[in-house]
Amino acid sequence: MLFTMHATIMIFFVIIPILAGGFGNYLIPLMIGAEDMAFPRLNMCSYWFMWPAFGCMILSFFMPGHGPGAGWTSYPPLSVLLSSAPGSGNAQTLWTLGMIFIGVASMMGSLNYMTTIIQMRAPGMHMFRMPMTVWGMFITAIMQAFALPVLTAALLMQLSDRVLLTGFFLPEAIAANNASPASGGGQPLLWQHLFWFYSHPAVYIMILPAMGMVSDMLSCFSRKPLFGYRPMVYSITAIAGLGFIVWGHHMFISGMNQILAVSFMVSTMLIALPSGIKVFNWIGTMYGGRLHLTTPMLFSIGFVSMFIIGGLSGIVMAAPPVDIMIHDTYYIVAHLHYVLFGSSILGVMGAIYFWFPKMFGRMMNDSLGKLHFLLTFVFLNGTFYPMHLLGAKGFPRRYADPYQLEGMLELLPMNQFMTYCAIGMGAAQLIFLVNFVGSMFVGPKADRNPWNSNSLEWSAPSPPGHGNFDFQPIVYRGPYEYSHPDTETDHFPQIVAEATDMKNVEVNA
Amino acid sequence: MPESYSNAGNTIDYLFNGLHLLSALILVGTMLAIGWIVWKFDESREQAQHIHHNTRLELVWSIIPCIILVFIAFYQMNSWAENKMNRPTIEVGGQTIPKPPLVLVKAKQFGWEFHYAGEDDRIQTQDDVYIENELVVPVGQDVVLQLESYDVIHSFSVVELRLKQDIVPGMIQFAWFNATREGEMEIACAELCGWGHYKMTARMRIVSQSEFDNWLSRVTREYSPNFGSDDGTP
Ligand SMILES: [Cu+2]
Ligand SMILES: [Cu+2]
Repeated sequence: MLFTMHATIMIFFVIIPILAGGFGNYLIPLMIGAEDMAFPRLNMCSYWFMWPAFGCMILSFFMPGHGPGAGWTSYPPLSVLLSSAPGSGNAQTLWTLGMIFIGVASMMGSLNYMTTIIQMRAPGMHMFRMPMTVWGMFITAIMQAFALPVLTAALLMQLSDRVLLTGFFLPEAIAANNASPASGGGQPLLWQHLFWFYSHPAVYIMILPAMGMVSDMLSCFSRKPLFGYRPMVYSITAIAGLGFIVWGHHMFISGMNQILAVSFMVSTMLIALPSGIKVFNWIGTMYGGRLHLTTPMLFSIGFVSMFIIGGLSGIVMAAPPVDIMIHDTYYIVAHLHYVLFGSSILGVMGAIYFWFPKMFGRMMNDSLGKLHFLLTFVFLNGTFYPMHLLGAKGFPRRYADPYQLEGMLELLPMNQFMTYCAIGMGAAQLIFLVNFVGSMFVGPKADRNPWNSNSLEWSAPSPPGHGNFDFQPIVYRGPYEYSHPDTETDHFPQIVAEATDMKNVEVNA
Repeated sequence: MPESYSNAGNTIDYLFNGLHLLSALILVGTMLAIGWIVWKFDESREQAQHIHHNTRLELVWSIIPCIILVFIAFYQMNSWAENKMNRPTIEVGGQTIPKPPLVLVKAKQFGWEFHYAGEDDRIQTQDDVYIENELVVPVGQDVVLQLESYDVIHSFSVVELRLKQDIVPGMIQFAWFNATREGEMEIACAELCGWGHYKMTARMRIVSQSEFDNWLSRVTREYSPNFGSDDGTP
């Protein structure tokens, strides 16, 4: 059950921790001018909940059955009825436990982010002077705080179905391998509703912070104000709000009420609108700029283009009749990898290149970075684009041996091509690893503001010591005043009071 | 994708292709725009413009996509209704009632059972005839299937008919289609249902009405109620 582990690990243990845990904890206080997070102890507590979660997942993988037998969506009765998935009993239970731990950890984290952003902003830092990165993380934290309790409760119910033999998700009169469950009267669809009520917002939890970071990088390297800052904030909020009422699009053919499906279809179509506005605003930010094609900028442009592809295939799937055909095929797999890998991970990588000098006081190598971008971008499309074609041919996902189905054998060469691309993509990450580790020790020293950026973190020392700032930051304007007509330089940091003060800042830095 | 065997399937294909054409246009348009911007506004320019927003432009690119999206949403509702909501009907004594199912499909780990009505023309009675792993239906007729599961969630899927419906244990689901051509195809399970999920397949044959009648009466005649029950299936 490799794919379950791949999905779980990537989503819950790589993307969410890096984005929320790593970047969130590091960047939020810096960007709003705070010394630290609001609740450092809660933070530690959240961190220490991660380890039992990791432990459970790894144990689950080495149990007989090699991980849970029911896929990462863990649909009951398969995930609950022990006799229906013989051999994977303990693995599935451990997986559920691990998910509960990670849910609790993230919930504590999100409370911390919200409190920090609401309470600890530096003087002058209004909500509408916060960089998009902070907005992205703020909205994400709110989403997590509302959606995660639902998943955690559902997981506890599933755990109790498995261990205490309750029947939340088990209907009456079923039997697998001649064994009936101890109790019944439950409803398997209930799990799907609860699960997707969290797991659709989870997609946005993974992408909103990346969207914010990309907005900041695009503006900085276009040397131009972010186009439509307020609409950007509103559209992030709209995506989050709508994100709570679209979960049913994962269940078009699940057997739920078909009229309900129509309303989910409409809300899903609508969520494309704020996403589209963001894309147009990003393009608008670049238009008329003076583009510095550094590595983080390349990754940001890559993010935007991959997000367009992922978004468009999302619209195609949101049409329920079409979904009948492509549901549970590789088309879905392609879509989610464009959104989660193509967009989210490209954004995260750009962000690592961007904030590396702040974190370690040294620059990363730009040529290696560009090579890394090029290879990742090419191989990423080589790996995931053909999945659309496979899906259109009806190639099913989650098959151990899909070639048993007729008409599938002819797709074998395409699959081999994708495998080579995936290997190439993995190899390209070695370049990144070398660059990252090497630059930590031998990269050229970076000063406080190597990219001539405006936001607060760039006026702190690189790397920032304990307490982040060596002065009390006071904020005078928004973070996107690039190429301001009053200034001689093409940036105008948030801490500088008057345009005429710009010279002093240069000296101080 | 494989050729469609029904009109409803053709509509889905039409929607699928239409949406892809639209997506391709948008994709090419935005990519060209990004490419042109990257090429045009490079570092050789003296200064970037200091613009924060442009209300008129922003209204345009909010309203036009909004109209397109709402149009798509309404445009495909009929097809959804036809496939999943409006079950075919028949007239009985001047009254319109939903057409009764021709076959009761029962899914289990890891295979399919197809129960046909026996002499009384009604399924789920004593004289039902059931066969495993082969579904035979007449061409050019509204065929209604009743879907049930013995154990976990399965999904009844026939790519050629653009038909896919999850089968949730404890619930009764209906699916219907009207095949326009005769042919043979494969039924697959499209919802992960355990280790043997990938081999949970069955044959489907679409035949002429007379061939179907002959086949059904032959099967009914040869059928012995004990057949198949010795392997423990209910
Ligand atoms: Cu979703
Ligand atoms: Cu199945």
